[in-house]
Amino acid sequence: MLSIKKLHAEVEGKEILKGLDLEINAGEVHAIMGPNGSGKSTLGNVLAGRESYEVTEGEVLLDGRDLLELSPEDRAREGVFLAFQYPVEIPGVSNINFLKTAINEIREYKGLPPVEARDFLNMVKEKQKLVEFEAKLANRSLNEGFSGGEKKRNEIFQLAMLQPKLAILDETDSGLDIDALRIVARGVNQLRSKDNAFIVITHYQRLLEYIVPDFVHVLYNGRIVRSGTKELALELEEKGYDWIKETAGAENAI
Amino acid sequence: MSTKDNELLKELTLEEYKYGFTTDIEMDIAPIGLTEDTVRMISAKKNEPEWLLEWRLKALRHFLQMDMPTWQNFDHPAVSFQDISYYAAPKAKPKLNSLDEVDPELLSTFAKLGIPLDEQKVLAGVVAVDAVFDSVSVKTTFREKLKEQGVIFCSFGEAVQEHPELVKQYLGSVVPQTDNIYAALNSAVFSDGSFVYIPKGVRCPMELSTYFRINAENTGQFERTLIIADEGAYVSYLEGCTAPMRDENQLHAAVVELIALKDAEIKYSTVQNWYPGDKDGKGGIYNFVTKRGICKGDNSKISWTQVETGSAITWKYPGVILKGDNSVGEFYSVALTRNRQVADTGTKMIHLGKNTKSKIISKGISAGHSHNSYRGLVKIAAGAENSRNFTQCDSLLIGDRCGAHTFPYIENRNKSAKLEHEATTSKIGEDQLFYLTQRGIDPEKAVGLIVNGYAKEVLNQLPMEFAVEAQKLLAISLEGSVG
Repeated sequence: MLSIKKLHAEVEGKEILKGLDLEINAGEVHAIMGPNGSGKSTLGNVLAGRESYEVTEGEVLLDGRDLLELSPEDRAREGVFLAFQYPVEIPGVSNINFLKTAINEIREYKGLPPVEARDFLNMVKEKQKLVEFEAKLANRSLNEGFSGGEKKRNEIFQLAMLQPKLAILDETDSGLDIDALRIVARGVNQLRSKDNAFIVITHYQRLLEYIVPDFVHVLYNGRIVRSGTKELALELEEKGYDWIKETAGAENAI
Repeated sequence: MSTKDNELLKELTLEEYKYGFTTDIEMDIAPIGLTEDTVRMISAKKNEPEWLLEWRLKALRHFLQMDMPTWQNFDHPAVSFQDISYYAAPKAKPKLNSLDEVDPELLSTFAKLGIPLDEQKVLAGVVAVDAVFDSVSVKTTFREKLKEQGVIFCSFGEAVQEHPELVKQYLGSVVPQTDNIYAALNSAVFSDGSFVYIPKGVRCPMELSTYFRINAENTGQFERTLIIADEGAYVSYLEGCTAPMRDENQLHAAVVELIALKDAEIKYSTVQNWYPGDKDGKGGIYNFVTKRGICKGDNSKISWTQVETGSAITWKYPGVILKGDNSVGEFYSVALTRNRQVADTGTKMIHLGKNTKSKIISKGISAGHSHNSYRGLVKIAAGAENSRNFTQCDSLLIGDRCGAHTFPYIENRNKSAKLEHEATTSKIGEDQLFYLTQRGIDPEKAVGLIVNGYAKEVLNQLPMEFAVEAQKLLAISLEGSVG
């Protein structure tokens, strides 16, 4: 589904991704771990098309289509979803109105008519249960005055509503207490299917106890330095990121 | 700002004004220039009584002696008052009794603008319309139905003929002829406008609305609106405005006076979309308007709501004189400027009575090279015990070449008064835009959503039909303005 080859990207002239390769198939969950500053969030932003991130080299294909050529909105319409680490507040814009606009824009792109009001409301009812999102939250202004946990749950609620092909969760666990973490993870697990894929970006192994990945990649200094299965996350937890730094340093020296 | 933002900002300037067409119709246009003869000519055309002619002439004499103000926050354009025509009317039968007598060209103009003049075609008759084309009122709908309740809704010219006592009593009572240079000019040469009287205890059964259209070249539009709500009456009044795209600037200097007697309430809403000029600031309407209401009786209320998106320069401060005890004045404003537009707008709340309250919510949105100023005065007189004011001025910037300015003035002569003032300035952030586009929303729509969200508090004050229009207008006005 997603094929990343030799991806180089910079922010404000500083190279952050330095030749990243990653292949993801439909139905898979890939965890990206790594120390602060290794380029984890940059990867998410680059895939979603944030403007301040400049791709200098490499290729990203989504089902064979060159993703890097597309605007952020077209990437979203093609099925790329980024659950933000820091969801922004947009005062006065109702969550529901925003979601309806988003769904209809995506449908229009696919040549579909606007969603029927009743279908939409049924979908809202169904999906908000998934993340124990109260009706009143859905009707409030987008993220305005939401607690950290509510904002993250709102991201997963949106994910459920938009049903993307590829979902990137950017440190969705940060700032969540254990209960909120469970809710978020359960929502994600219920959304997993053979047709979609997830990239779970996280600093800690904890989230991966709840969202069990098929693969774990360790990002260090802009490159994937180690890949494995979920056991790699445990090993990393045990030995700490210094272990990666040392071994990666040794490899670089060779 | 990033390159993409810049490109989109550039696109914004190419956005066309939708109402810029002109109507070809035979017109009766006064010769260019302004003298006592011009005033006499207008007064004679309208078959006015002697007292009104004298009133106009007095205003003209004031006008000729007044200097241009210098306190505003923009370069006042040189308006050559002798180069414009002060009267333009479609040639038609002197009096229009039914729609059949209205020139089809005019009907189609208003139809194009989405203003229904055919009562049967208006759903359930919720809005009565007075349509003003250049200097004269073309048609007022639902007059008969309103008459049943004693509501008078007609053109100003007709009011002078049919209800001279009311006009004489209230004309100039809120905005005196000497108030400011444009009010003086208007008082001298006003041609038409709307007149509303709601009798004691009557709640006006429908929204009243005036639609102003400037069409003729090199003319000014000087309309006069007078609304009187008698004791315990209620009325909600709306005005909308558009004009063709012309390279010359055109002057619109209106005066609106509202009078609320004891326990009466007037709600006045404006959606102003005069032609704003092109991307380089060429052409466009100078919208220099004096609007003021007086809460004359105890427990009365006047509420101004305005959505200002048009005009090259908007210069107006709809205010309320809170004379009656416990009276309430409100001002809700959204002013959006782009390209080279200028808006210097705000309100005056003059507290005279005891326990009077005023609330000011102003939302400025600036894009392109435009400048948007809030200027407001809150004055608490010595006798205004326990008065209160709450003011909130927010500015939203789109791009980095526009300006937002705030000039709040407070004069307080009573120790028991409570005044609050809040102000914020924000920019549509790259974060907010990216968030919305990442969900598949087109960047222009995203800006529309953000701006409408920002202006929601004010838009919520508009009557339903207007709120929807205003939302669309804000979104359309901002097409391409992503930054």
